[in-house]
Amino acid sequence: MIDWIAGGLAVAGATLALLAGVGVLRMPDVFTRMQASTKASTLGLGCLLAALAIRHPDVAIVMKAISIGAFMMLTTAVSAHVIARAAALTGAPLWSGTSIDERPVRRGDGDEASG
Amino acid sequence: MLNLTSAIALTMLALSAGLTFVRLVRGPSLPDRVISIDLIGILVVCVLVVVAGDSGQQAFLDVAMVIALISFVGTVAYARYLERGRP
Repeated sequence: MIDWIAGGLAVAGATLALLAGVGVLRMPDVFTRMQASTKASTLGLGCLLAALAIRHPDVAIVMKAISIGAFMMLTTAVSAHVIARAAALTGAPLWSGTSIDERPVRRGDGDEASG
Repeated sequence: MLNLTSAIALTMLALSAGLTFVRLVRGPSLPDRVISIDLIGILVVCVLVVVAGDSGQQAFLDVAMVIALISFVGTVAYARYLERGRP
């Protein structure tokens, strides 16, 4: 039973990681690619870590899995924000179906870039 | 011998890394390539977690944690270069 749950979680996590790859390849825009990569890969890694912790209920492995999961959930959000901010400030092109563009005028971007 | 679910998971992760590498080669701008490199780093961490769960060796988890740290620092450094390096 434990093996079935762990195997299902592993396959689900790998499927989410595959969806992240498909999203990065197929999305039309820098920002949509960024959000596809970030969310899907974070949830996929969480599922894989849960499968690892269920399969090996050892204190050291579970603590390492929890620390890796917490660290990735923090740093993936931060790195996605930083990349999106850099792309917005350098004037990355938007998708043609974008309905609203709330970016500031990107002339003289030295002031916003230092904040 | 790998477990069946581990083999399936590793195959899916390899396919995802291949798709991401296509975006890394084709990416029209530099932020696309930075996103691709970041995702490849996360996929390497995923592969190490699957291998650690299959073999039971804890050293793979240490390697995964170090690779996650280095990937985050590299991504932030690329973003700073993108913001500052523009004429």
